[in-house]
Amino acid sequence: MIETIDSSLIDWSRAQFALTAIYHWLFVPITLGLGIVQAVMETIYYKTGDVFWKKTAQFWMKLFGINFAIGVATGLILEFEFGTNWSNYSWFVGDIFGAPLAIEGIVAFFMEATFIAVMFFGWNKVSKGFHLTSTWLTIVGATISAFWILVANAWMQYPAGMQFNPDTVRNEMASFWSVALSPVALNKFLHTVFSGWIIGSAFVVGIASWYLLKKREQRFALASVKVGAIFGALACILSIVTGDGSAHQVAQKQPMKLAAMEGLYEGSNGAGLVGVGVLNPAKKAYDDGKEAFLCKIEIPLMLSFFAERDLDAYVPGITNIIEGGYTQKDGSTALSAAEKMARGKLAIQALADYREAAKAKNDSLTQQARAALDANFNYFGYGYVNNPSDLIPPVSLTFYAFRLMVIFGGLLLLLFLVAAYLSYRNRFEGKRWLQWSCLISIFAAIAAGQAGWVVAEVGRQPWAIQDILPVSAAISNLSTASVQVTFFIFLALFTILLIAELKIMLNAIKKGPEINPSTLQQLNN
Amino acid sequence: MEKASIPVRIFRFYWEGFRSMTIGKTLWLIILIKLFIMFFVLKVFFFPNYLGRFDEPSEKQDYVSEELIRRATDN
Ligand code: HEM
Repeated sequence: MIETIDSSLIDWSRAQFALTAIYHWLFVPITLGLGIVQAVMETIYYKTGDVFWKKTAQFWMKLFGINFAIGVATGLILEFEFGTNWSNYSWFVGDIFGAPLAIEGIVAFFMEATFIAVMFFGWNKVSKGFHLTSTWLTIVGATISAFWILVANAWMQYPAGMQFNPDTVRNEMASFWSVALSPVALNKFLHTVFSGWIIGSAFVVGIASWYLLKKREQRFALASVKVGAIFGALACILSIVTGDGSAHQVAQKQPMKLAAMEGLYEGSNGAGLVGVGVLNPAKKAYDDGKEAFLCKIEIPLMLSFFAERDLDAYVPGITNIIEGGYTQKDGSTALSAAEKMARGKLAIQALADYREAAKAKNDSLTQQARAALDANFNYFGYGYVNNPSDLIPPVSLTFYAFRLMVIFGGLLLLLFLVAAYLSYRNRFEGKRWLQWSCLISIFAAIAAGQAGWVVAEVGRQPWAIQDILPVSAAISNLSTASVQVTFFIFLALFTILLIAELKIMLNAIKKGPEINPSTLQQLNN
Repeated sequence: MEKASIPVRIFRFYWEGFRSMTIGKTLWLIILIKLFIMFFVLKVFFFPNYLGRFDEPSEKQDYVSEELIRRATDN
């Protein structure tokens, strides 16, 4: 009944998951960033009593609402896909995700349903202070939801705090706090939220610049640029700091991902960080002796510093990780891929023996098998790997995506700083090139965020759960054709919905905030 | 005028809020269409729970463990 898994099934299932995740991630970060910007604007209104700021906040809230409606529930499809396409994986991890996702559902529902309603409906019905608190709690609720999802993702990259139970074939939570507060989870949460702030700020500054290019809504646009650009610059700095933290975590927990991010085949002490470079397309295998780069500019010693906080530290490359034999930080010698694969096979055999012995109610054999399973479980996933080179993620995609994210991050920081400086000096209005750049930066910021996910997810292939379960074992035994059908149905349906929804967004932008100076004066008096 | 009870005031708050929406009405329509498509079309016809064909957790455990063991040995 069980056929071997076809690689095209894996590719289509991954493509489908990626498409859904990309779509979902178009809207979530804007919500995270815009939510703060509008709350800051309302806070200014609360402090100054100037109705202009109320109107300004209200306009961005309208776009927040549209964006929220477009993005809402798109994440649910990812959960459907877990159950359909990745059912082995879902079963295997069930208990770990049960708690975070349940908390996420409840918190998100109650916080968002209550506070979003007050934010939109409550302007003249509740006190100014209560309204402002609701606006802040709306974004706090959305951010808490993001936290739990990112905890789940972080666990797949670094499966801490769990215990595998061979009776249920599931991982069970051994320590909630090790799962929720693992260093990977915390870093990922902060980096992802700050990157959302960048995208939200670029959205605000970009749309405000569009009004200036059209010579409309000038006071509103300049005020929005001021708030958006300062917040954006702050978010860029925080992203760089947490991105550095993420890279450090990757070096500790996923050295193969780090090596792919850097196109590093041969490791060394005092390794340099590739600033820019062109990979050699002729390099097809880690051991083909070809050069990895056609050309590159390196920042000396920086990779070692990034990875280990030590300019002279050893950073292993792809070949080293596959061949093993180097001394690790804890003094132990790294296993080769072949050794890990052998231990993985032992773990899987131990699972088979355990289940057989348990069925036969043979206690001593059960115990023996359990001990063998526990001793080798950290390499369980390697038992599915046929060829060491299957352990290498797509290097060029990971390498270029990492550069795109970091370079765009740097450019956005520069842009926000210039925009903030010029807008406070009242010189932003005349700079059309800058306004165009700000408008384009919306797409650059979105691209940087998507590239970040490419680094995180493509860079960890072939693992669904790092070292424990590769995608080839995680996937359900479906027909490739059925996955292709759902891929295209999803693509068609959501493109139609997206177009409809974007039209609403563009119409709202074209209409503008409609802040009439004479009405403002009346309201302020 | 006498003050209404809290549940009534909350109900009115939502009711009046929804009634006075402009863009929001279209957005709600889109959200409802989207949820309908997701739960009554995609989930039912295209994304059934793969392990849903087994009734008992023990059957699911057996199936997943067999798959996990076979896939390693089939290699
Ligand atoms: C400028 C310096 C930056 C550095 C050093 C950096 C570093 C990293 C690293 C190492 C990862 C992979 C983490 C993992 O696999 O667990 C990552 C992921 C990510 N990055 Fe960046 N990043 C930077 C800027 C940005 C910018 C500007 C954005 C977006 C506007 C961004 C968005 C993301 C996202 C969405 C992810 C995926 C989520 C995650 O794994 O944290 N990053 N970043």
